[in-house]
Amino acid sequence: MHELSLAQGVLDIIEEQARRQRFSRVTAVRLEIGALAGVEPEAMRFCFDAVTRGSLAEGAALEILATPGAAWCMRCGETVPVEDRTSACPRCGGYELQVNGGTHLRVHDLEVE
Amino acid sequence: MCTTCGCGKAEPVIEGRAREHAHRHEDGTWHSHSHEGAHTHYRYAPAHTHAEHRHDPAQAGGEDEGRRRLRVEQDLLAKNDAQARANRERFAQRGIFALNLVSSPGSGKTTLLVKTIERLAGRLPLAVIEGDQQTSNDAERIRAAGARAIQVNTGKGCHLDADMVARAFERLDAPGDSLLLIENVGNLVCPAEFDLGEAHKVVVVSVTEGEDKPLKYPNMFAASDLMLLTKTDLLPHLEFDCGRCIEYARRINPRIEVMRICAKSGEGMDGWIDWLGRGVAAAALPAG
Repeated sequence: MHELSLAQGVLDIIEEQARRQRFSRVTAVRLEIGALAGVEPEAMRFCFDAVTRGSLAEGAALEILATPGAAWCMRCGETVPVEDRTSACPRCGGYELQVNGGTHLRVHDLEVE
Repeated sequence: MCTTCGCGKAEPVIEGRAREHAHRHEDGTWHSHSHEGAHTHYRYAPAHTHAEHRHDPAQAGGEDEGRRRLRVEQDLLAKNDAQARANRERFAQRGIFALNLVSSPGSGKTTLLVKTIERLAGRLPLAVIEGDQQTSNDAERIRAAGARAIQVNTGKGCHLDADMVARAFERLDAPGDSLLLIENVGNLVCPAEFDLGEAHKVVVVSVTEGEDKPLKYPNMFAASDLMLLTKTDLLPHLEFDCGRCIEYARRINPRIEVMRICAKSGEGMDGWIDWLGRGVAAAALPAG
């Protein structure tokens, strides 16, 4: 999967922040990963460790904040929780769902020194 | 390295360009060079100790002892999405209708492109960006069919990204008011997350695959606007249930359009060609 490019994206964000906010070491990273973002947290951890080796974030703790999936059900006319993209609406059992939550993939905050 | 598909950091090679190398040494030095001899070195500032560190509270933004938390709230795909927006704007300025064709390897994308090019010859100007991990075989097939094409080799990467497309487009010299077909790397997982600036993602599924592909790779079907069911001439020899496959695709994406086509026998090709023609007409710049 693409976790490696995404982990590289995390490092790019960290390095850009380091230049702007002047810090030289990152000790912890909190990542927000939506349930429907198509990212495997374990693969992300593996790739994060690999790409940060030798960087200012080497050895940083990676905390993953999982956000739940949500979708607009056209039949029920409301937002319902969904576990994945193949789930049916938990209210009506239909599949006329438009995903509207849990797709985020972002760096929430950093612990730096 | 990626645990699931084994891909590594993308080192894309665009035809006609020297390959760039970047690697990191044990001592933390970055080293990058091209085969043309240019050479650059980067070095991270060594992590400093507290004794040699003088705090500047104004700069540090508050706490001056040791660690602090920085709120970032930045999207991981923000860089790609920004480049994709720039690509989309460039395509719009030139009246180009761009499609991102995605599928598993072996679904018949390149054959479909070759037949599409033959049908559109003299009717619609078009150009192709071909993405593959290695070889320029596909771009050569496309050029042999008579279209302008450029190959992007993603190296260890498992998908095209917006920056690769921007660089390939620069070299492609595509005509205005035309069709741009971007054939992504054969992979139903990763390309779903990377916007290239296309008007639509078109997912190609051949009837020799399982009809439950949409359920197995839902993100791709959720991201696509059109599904092409290809190699339909083989249906009599298979147990593939088209109706079920379409039902699964609509379960994931209720708005997805579906066409059944066969590049070899020509079944459904008229509908596909008309669909392309309508897209190009809608994207074209007003005359004068």
